Amino acid sequence: MALLSTHSLTAYYGDFQALFGVDIALEESETIAIIGANGAGKSTLMRAITGLLTSDASGIQYDGQPIGDIPAEDIMKLGIAMVPEGRKLFPSLSVEENLQIGYYGRKPQPGDYWQIDAIYDLFPALKDLRRRPGTALSGGQQQMVAIGRALMSNPRVLLCDEISLGLAPVIIRDIYKALPRIQESGASTIIVEQDIGQAMKVADRVYCMMEGRVTLSGTPEELSREAIHNAYFGETE
Amino acid sequence: MIWVDTILQGILLGGLYALFAAGLSLVFGIMRLVNLAHGDLIVMGAYLILLLTTLLGVPPMIAVLCAAPVMFALGWLMQKYLLNRTLGEDILPSLLVTFGLSVVLQNALLEGFSADSQRLPPGAWSTASVSLGGINLGVMPLMTFASAVLVIFALNQLFYRTAIGRAFRATSDDPTTARLMGIKPNTIFALATGIAMLIVTIAAFYLGSRANFDPSIGPARLIYAFEAVIIGGLGSLWGTLAGGVIIGVAQTMGAAIDPEWQILAGHIAFLVVLLIKPRGLFPRALD
Repeated sequence: MALLSTHSLTAYYGDFQALFGVDIALEESETIAIIGANGAGKSTLMRAITGLLTSDASGIQYDGQPIGDIPAEDIMKLGIAMVPEGRKLFPSLSVEENLQIGYYGRKPQPGDYWQIDAIYDLFPALKDLRRRPGTALSGGQQQMVAIGRALMSNPRVLLCDEISLGLAPVIIRDIYKALPRIQESGASTIIVEQDIGQAMKVADRVYCMMEGRVTLSGTPEELSREAIHNAYFGETE
Repeated sequence: MIWVDTILQGILLGGLYALFAAGLSLVFGIMRLVNLAHGDLIVMGAYLILLLTTLLGVPPMIAVLCAAPVMFALGWLMQKYLLNRTLGEDILPSLLVTFGLSVVLQNALLEGFSADSQRLPPGAWSTASVSLGGINLGVMPLMTFASAVLVIFALNQLFYRTAIGRAFRATSDDPTTARLMGIKPNTIFALATGIAMLIVTIAAFYLGSRANFDPSIGPARLIYAFEAVIIGGLGSLWGTLAGGVIIGVAQTMGAAIDPEWQILAGHIAFLVVLLIKPRGLFPRALD
């Protein structure tokens, strides 16, 4: 059985429907990527999974339990952490405090893989910057803090929403270098990407979304460039 | 020498205004809520201390210790069941609700305790003074100021040295992202108002020990508190102490010139600071 799955998941912003029956599944220690154009519903899907946007209880299953109606602060305690789109570091907190706040709701256990030193080991650049305000860093460094912050809760599922957005290619490469170690730590990962090439490189399976629906899914090998193009932009006559 | 004395008395009086203001500053800093009932809550605290003093037959200082947990619980419940519902992008609902609360509190106190002015029974210490190089300073004003410094120091420690303090700051920055960290913003807000009410209790003790109080004096305390917060810069706790001191010094200096000038001088000092530094002396962040 999948660790995390959605079943005909719908989501609304007020009267506006943003997801129209989305089915995805994430197996234990798997990495999946969700690609799609702006407004395809990728971030909405992430917000629904993390509980920032509540949905029907049975729409989302995690570890055999329905979790769709659980609020965000409790979802996090179940072991689902998110690196939010736009990083969203806390400006009043230093880099180290931004990392520490990551385990506020899920206190560290002795045997945990991700302790603060492990984060500095993963992103050595952060160690010298740890007393600085989180928002005084470069975009790439801020992204590292945001990933570290999510890892500090030692999540079983890590959601990464657009972690390469607005960053230079060389910085993106640095950040994605951390992914193998995150997988090694036992976290299953969902990556939301606009960069199809990057997504195909790191994911075991890829879902493509358009207008609030999954239009294509499969392993990177199975998916042809043309199929992705069609799933991304719609069928061309 | 008389001016040194006046300024010193003003600084010490500033401690009282800082105590009035610290709770307001804390609540505003964390949840952008302007509590218009703050002054009336201080007066309510003074009546609670008076009531406990009479009922239990203990000195006011002991009564404060009994009142503190009650006030904390009241603050928690008030935030959780009333004020949290008013928070949002629009600050008008919270202003209206706390304004209403202010009216309700004044009338409830009037109904319960009448309009007679009251005072907490003074102890020997409340009229004692110490001599410092030819200047006599009252023990009561000194204690007030020391309490203000202690309260603000303690709040700073809480804010910058503890996990709860990190959660306070994170929630103040971005409540939505804070939820992703396992923080319940509503619980954080209730805790903050509870802590603010602890400070209100301390302020109430000095309010009631130094002078007479009656149900109608809350709004004026709110004005002083407001001015102290704004002078100091929104969200800065040490700034709030500085703001209290500036108002205190302005008032005693005004009173030294002519007693009619006391209150006005404080308000003028406030306006002057606003003219020179519209964001206050120590604004915390650019928000």
